[in-house]
Amino acid sequence: MDPSFKIVIVDKNPVRAAILEDGLREAGHVQVVRIEETSHLLARIYAIDPDVILIDLENPSRDVLEQMFQMSRAVKRPIAMFVDQSDSASIEAAVDAGVSAYIVGGLRKERVKNVLDLCISRFNAFSRLQDELDRTRSALDERKAIDRAKGILMKVKNLSEPDAYALLRKTAMNENKKIAEVAQSVIMAAELFK
Amino acid sequence: MSEQHLRIGFIPLCDATALLIAVDKGFAAAEGLDIELVREVSWSNIRDKLNIGLFDAAHLIAPVAIASSLGLGHVKVPIVAPFGLGVNGNAITVSPALYASIAAAADGENIADPMVSARALARVVARRKSRGEPPLTFGMTFPFSTHNYHLRFWMAAGGVDPDEDVRLVVLPPPYMVDSLASNHVDGFCVGAPWNSVAVDLGIGFILHPVSEILSRAAEKMLGVRASWAQEHPDTLRRLIRAHGFAAAYAEDPANREEVCAMLAAPNRIGASAEVIRRTLDGRIKVAPDGTLRVSDRYLMVGRNGAGRPDPAQAAWLYAQMVRWGQAPLSNDLLAAAKRVWRPDLYDAALPGEAATYDSEPRDGIGAFAGPAFDPNDVATHLAAWDIKR
Repeated sequence: MDPSFKIVIVDKNPVRAAILEDGLREAGHVQVVRIEETSHLLARIYAIDPDVILIDLENPSRDVLEQMFQMSRAVKRPIAMFVDQSDSASIEAAVDAGVSAYIVGGLRKERVKNVLDLCISRFNAFSRLQDELDRTRSALDERKAIDRAKGILMKVKNLSEPDAYALLRKTAMNENKKIAEVAQSVIMAAELFK
Repeated sequence: MSEQHLRIGFIPLCDATALLIAVDKGFAAAEGLDIELVREVSWSNIRDKLNIGLFDAAHLIAPVAIASSLGLGHVKVPIVAPFGLGVNGNAITVSPALYASIAAAADGENIADPMVSARALARVVARRKSRGEPPLTFGMTFPFSTHNYHLRFWMAAGGVDPDEDVRLVVLPPPYMVDSLASNHVDGFCVGAPWNSVAVDLGIGFILHPVSEILSRAAEKMLGVRASWAQEHPDTLRRLIRAHGFAAAYAEDPANREEVCAMLAAPNRIGASAEVIRRTLDGRIKVAPDGTLRVSDRYLMVGRNGAGRPDPAQAAWLYAQMVRWGQAPLSNDLLAAAKRVWRPDLYDAALPGEAATYDSEPRDGIGAFAGPAFDPNDVATHLAAWDIKR
């Protein structure tokens, strides 16, 4: 890869931006600047004068970048979106991963392809991490709900802990529901009877 | 009839009404369509996801349908627009300070007249220049946007060059109001509900609903890829029907309350039902003191033939692209732009809906300045203006 590029990352998610920056630095890119705050975005970008701009697709300021194609007088160098009609697969992969790349100054696209590929893989890795975190969180929430429901049943029905759990499990099987769902219903009912 | 699954992207704005109601009130399901709505944050995303096939259809800002089809500023992907999601609906809002300056520069004339306000703006701009003050900054939503063209058309008619005398900057609609409040911009042109939000917060005055500048302006279109339209003619026909019925339903005053409650949902437009209602009713609060301007042309969703695409609108938008240096002038490009609008598909899906309306402008546009627009003669339209690129 060519270490002489100056790359700007526009991403409001600091964790994802850091992951991407690390990846770019590992690949030998030393000139990486992160922008989180998007007010006066164009002025910031002109001041940095990058060769490549990477922006996440959840960012409404993407439309602001599109203006740079138009304002040739205000920009020192031409800018284009990374589009290559012959390589629609990598565009689709980028949009799917949630990132878009803009090239400043007529840099040859093949020289930027590696940056885009790295970007796609880091964005995908980030969303896998996010999914895993969400799953862990919801598993934890389910555990908490089951514990609370057990406590309610033990108190109200005067059951032992194993019996309370067995009752939840049996009800779940009869109702064809998850134990956590039955636990939620128990909690809700208890709230109503308070 | 098997349910057909479609993914459709939209931006949370009042002119997505026909699409949102088609889904939420069951008009799409009645046509055998199972629509997954995807709320988006930028027109660039909508354009790209439609272009590469992540969306089957999209709520498209009208000029983007033409720009994509002609390959302006981006990849060339032919789009067809068989249904008009909204006619009009934009407004120009300015800060209290700029409003006062324009009013003072109008020499007692009524600034509700857009020619008066545009000429007054020219005097404000000239005075700032002579004092060495920075140029005024106006926000709009996208380079290929009606907002860009509406602002330019208005100010240029009064003698303000939109590229030389002021700064026009792209701002995402949700950031418009904040930018006005923090003086990053002096005014903006955006769709509903954002103008009303600024007025309600007491930080903006609506100078003109755009319907005072152009009596009839195509704002958003239902857009699909031309290739998709060819491969799925029956699905498209059903999609147009669902939109036609939903638009008619939303326009019936008896359904307004229910419709506005549906649109207000956080995963739809996510604004207050009251603000949406004022927009659809055409009761526009133009000043923080509560002054109302009532216009039955503010945003037209289904009435007065708003749903039926009129190729004259495509020609007018293409003419603005030429006027401001975004596209070259050629008869081929003009013809290609007009072909994006597909009244034939609309008529085939909703037979008997085509009609003429006495209330509508004879040239289809009804601009407040310049000669009548001839959709076959863009050169004459351009010749009428001194300020152009």
